Parts: sequence; structure tokens; C-alpha cells
Amino acid sequence: MTPLQKIQDRFVPLPMENVDTDQIIPARFLKATTREGFGKNLFRDWRYLNDNPDTPKPDFVLNQSQYGGDILVAGKNFGCGSSREHAAWALKDYGFKAVVSSFFADIFKNNALNNGLLPVKVSDAFLAEIFALDNAATLSIDVDKQTITIDSTGATESFEINIYKKTCLLNGYDDIDYLISQKEKIEAFEAQRI
Amino acid sequence: MAKTLFDKIWDKHVVQEITDGPSVLYIDKHFIHEVTSPQAFKGIENRGLPVFRPQQVVATADHNVPTLNQHLPIKDELSRLQVEQLIANCKKHHIELYGLGHPFQGIVHVIGPELGITQPGMTIVCGDSHTSTHGAFGAVAFGIGTSEVEMVFASQCLLQTKPQVMRINIEGELQPGVVSKDIILHIIAQITASGATGYFVEYAGSAIRSLSMEARMTICNMSIEMGARGGMIAPDETTFAYIKGRQFAPGGVQWDKKLSDWKELYSDADAVFDKEIHINAADIQPMITYGTNPGLGMPVNATIPQADSIADEGERKNLTKALQYMGLEGGKPLLGMPIQHVFIGSCTNSRIEDLRLVAGLVKGRKKSERVQVMIVPGSQQVARQVQAEGLDQIFREAGFEIRQAGCSACLGMNEDKIPAGEYCISTSNRNFEGRQGAGARTLLASPLTAAAAAITGVVTDVRTLAPVEA
Repeated sequence: MTPLQKIQDRFVPLPMENVDTDQIIPARFLKATTREGFGKNLFRDWRYLNDNPDTPKPDFVLNQSQYGGDILVAGKNFGCGSSREHAAWALKDYGFKAVVSSFFADIFKNNALNNGLLPVKVSDAFLAEIFALDNAATLSIDVDKQTITIDSTGATESFEINIYKKTCLLNGYDDIDYLISQKEKIEAFEAQRI
Repeated sequence: MAKTLFDKIWDKHVVQEITDGPSVLYIDKHFIHEVTSPQAFKGIENRGLPVFRPQQVVATADHNVPTLNQHLPIKDELSRLQVEQLIANCKKHHIELYGLGHPFQGIVHVIGPELGITQPGMTIVCGDSHTSTHGAFGAVAFGIGTSEVEMVFASQCLLQTKPQVMRINIEGELQPGVVSKDIILHIIAQITASGATGYFVEYAGSAIRSLSMEARMTICNMSIEMGARGGMIAPDETTFAYIKGRQFAPGGVQWDKKLSDWKELYSDADAVFDKEIHINAADIQPMITYGTNPGLGMPVNATIPQADSIADEGERKNLTKALQYMGLEGGKPLLGMPIQHVFIGSCTNSRIEDLRLVAGLVKGRKKSERVQVMIVPGSQQVARQVQAEGLDQIFREAGFEIRQAGCSACLGMNEDKIPAGEYCISTSNRNFEGRQGAGARTLLASPLTAAAAAITGVVTDVRTLAPVEA
């Protein structure tokens, strides 16, 4: 995994609650057997009319050229529903490095972290502040300091991430490396259970 | 110290705790299917690793399979390749596969319990959010992503942070016409689609204890729809009687030993929960959803809430958007509204008891001419039982179409889809936008409410359906 330390960029606002993983990537695009290439179908049915990439829906934010950046900012309970990791792959493949929301569904949060996509949980008030910004505004996220800042105002909030996961993100380690290093302990655990 | 049921099982599976981090949690059973496993197999192969404990992994093909002509090659090329990839991966890594054509094939959360693989006290995972179903047996069972599938392949363990534990107590007797699907839809409507996020839920109380295993599975199945990591019910005599004698259930001396262990699996009387909710069973009505998340549900005879009566701006926008997608209007009832499709199936409601409920209601009746009714048994074993009991005859006489086992129209992935703009009363678990096909409009309900609508062609309160004339 690529290490993730700091992000400073504009953001794409999606002020909608309960964005489920079926919207992020509809099930009909889960037939692939690789992790790549899901970005083109990100938010497919919100993004295109009649399932046709030649007819983008002008009112959807990904089709509005004034918005862009590495950060997606969404309403609460982002990533609820299906456990499909394809949702995290699609967001990452599209180019997002972080998702900011006031509440994340559990499985999505794990899936995002396991792919170096940073879920940043902020307060409802801070989220409202971000949504009120104009499209030129930038956000700065510092993984090590666990802070997110609105660059134009200097408003800063800290976010939670456990030390283990933080170490993984900063260094690009993944859980599998760790688990494999524990093999002797796992075998000993199995032996004492029998 | 007094422990909850969840704590008892969790604590027995912790291999190691990381300071200020997650625990290494040992996984007893790992179910896999064709959609969320191929990238995980590729992952361990890229690292040059074998599957660490292949005998603890069980595979089936369910999400992406057709429910007609399963003996023929799958028509859709990508679907066929994905199912073939599962066959190749299982063969290469020595994993037991109950694939298409196998007498045990079916929806992963139907076959695990019916084969006796799912047992009390286990940790169970699967790359599918409805893995919570297995919690009905007093197991810690939860859905995981594909990177986590890869972790379990590599080490039979996961790194997990211990969730909080919530208990939902449901006391009293259910009203006639109210079944377990209504209980869980009622709970989710009360606490919202995110109300249990961060929690593992234990369902308890006399109303839960009175339920059969299959009814309990329906409740645990939908725990994820309120955000819970999983749901569980303490095992009891109902549980033990269900497991005994099943294909992979322990037998002989092993059975007695397991049984004495299983009898210790309950929350201690003075165990403390992070949150407790109390519900009176008699307050629960037959339920239906009107929106685009499972929390937007109401009694079938209620009126749809009006967006402008909601104070919270986010919730108001949410409801407005949902009603717009659904083509519904706040302040109006759903009763009497024409529907075009009825889907009876999915890991929530495709077991033999569900189909018996439906058969009991439709026997001697015919479906409405304007409705298409699809009934999809959850597994090959359920399908055989349907035939053995003659339920297929009842369904055919009613004009229902009986399909072969699979996830079918629950998720809009395989061939079974609901056309855009049309209404479907579905016994499945999700009413998200496009879930049953792009533009499809889903109303979640119990098998009884779905069957009643199949007969009348409109949203119906099953309690008001006139009896069949002799």
C-alpha cells in the first residue's frame, strides 16, 4: 500500500445522508475479478442518464467541472449497506484519497482503511462549515497530527484513528503483513484450544 | 466479572491484543462466494501464500448465478467467468465448494445453518454484510470486505476492534399476522438505518425466545440494516434441536461435549450493556417500507410521513429524495396501491418456513393478473423440501413462478431484475435506489404481506384478507 501522510486539495461536496454502497458502485459492476477499473462506474446511476456514459446528468456533482479534488465530503452514514469493498476501490480508482463525513458505516470504514483511503469523521457542525465553503476552498488533512483544517479560515478539528491503523497508513503497511508475522502465536492458540 | 454473550465468545477468540489498537481475532468458519473472493485469492497468490486453513473455509455460488436453467452454461460472460474463477480457486486451494449443480448449493446464509456448519459459540465471517444471519445460533458472525477475506485466507484471523454491545429486548406476544420480518422492520424503523452503527446487537426477551430458528435468522440477518456489526441470539433448546442430526453437526460423544459448552452461552444476569432498548411485542404491526433505506418503514396500514413535518434538515432532504425516487407522496397511505412485482426470496426470507407461510396463505387462491410473482428457494435443499411437501403445486396453481436457488432479484446483479419505475413488494433486505435493478422501486415486507399483495395486486394488510371460500 502507498503511504498516506498529508492531503491538501479542493473537495467534491455530496451533501446527502445514507449514501449506500449500492449507489457508490451498483451490483451489476461487481462481476470483475480484479481490483482495478471501478472508478469509471463510481456513482454510476446518479452520474449518468439511462446507464449511458455519453449522457451525464448535469445536476450530479461529479459532472460539474467547477468541483474537483482528492477529497469527497458527504453527509452522515456514508458507505452503509453492502460490504462490497468495490465501493472503496471505486472511490480510490476515481482518484479520491479521503472521504470526510460526520458518520461512517463500520464495514466501509474498515474497507477504506485497508485500501489507504482515509475516512475522516468530523462533527456535524464542522461538516456544515465545509459544505458552506465555495468551490475554490481547500482542506488540509494531516494523518500524523490527526487534524483536518479549512485552509481559508484556519478552522481545525481533530479526528479519531487508532495508533495501529495510523502507523499502517503513514508507512503503507497492511494488516496482512502484521497477521502473517503472528503465525506462531496463531498456531499456538489453535493448539491450546483442542 | 459478569459477561455478555458477545463478550464470552469474543474473549475466547482473541489470539492477541495490540496496545491502543485492534485485537487479533481467530475465525472458526469462513464462508466465501464468487463476488467478493477472487481479488482475495489473487492477493494471497501475489504474496506467494497458501490458504492457511482451507478446511475451515466453505464456498458456494449464489450472488451471480441465474435462477433458471442452472444446468446450462451461464449466458452472461462476466458472470460465467466469475463463477468459473471460484471453481478454479477452490480446486487450487483445496476448499470445499457447493457450486451450481451441487445438492448443497444455495445462498451462503441459508446453507451454512441448514448444513449444521453454523454452530453456537463460533466466530463466523463472510465477504457479505448479511453474515449477521448466523448470529441467530449464538455465534459472533459478521460481514467483511475483500481485504479481510484475504487476511482470513492468509492467517485464519482478522484484526478487529471490539465493538460496543447493545441489547434489544422484545417482550410479550406477537399479534396475528405479525412475523419475525415485521419485528426487525419495526426495530429498524424505530432506531433508523444507522442507529446501531458501532454495536453488536443481542436480541432477547420472551418474543425472541418463542421464535423458531428460521424466524430468528430473519431478524439477525437484517442487523446490518441499522448499521450493527452483527446480531445474535443466545442459543437454547430450540437452537440445539435445530442443529442436531444435520449434515455437519457434531455427533455422538462430541455432541454431548459441545452441548454442555453451548449451554454456557448466555448473557450473565448482571452483565452490563452499552445500550439497551425495550420493545413491546404487542405494539408491532405488519410492516412495509416506503423509502430508500430500510429505516424508512411503517405499519402497512399507516400513512407515509410528510417531509415538511421533519425538523432535521438532513432527514427532511433524505425523505424528500426517497419519496421522489419511489414516486410516493407524504400523507398518503400505501394500502391499495397497485404493485407490479412480488419477489419472495433472499437470505432474509427464502427458507422452508417462509415458503410454508406463503403457501398457507395462497393455497386455493390465484395471483392477481397484473402482478408477476417470483418465488426463489434459498437453497437446493429448500427447493427439494418444497417439492416433498407439495408446496410447488400450490405455488403453480396460484400462478407463481418458482425459480432455482440463488440471491436472485435481491441485488440486481444476476439476470433477475425489476424494471425501472415499477413497484416490487420484496421479502429481501434492502430497498436502496436501484437495488433490484436500475430505477426499480422496492417495498420491503414479510412473506405474508408479500403473498397477500400477490393475490390482490395491491398493497394489502394481510389481516384483512378474506378467507378462501370452501
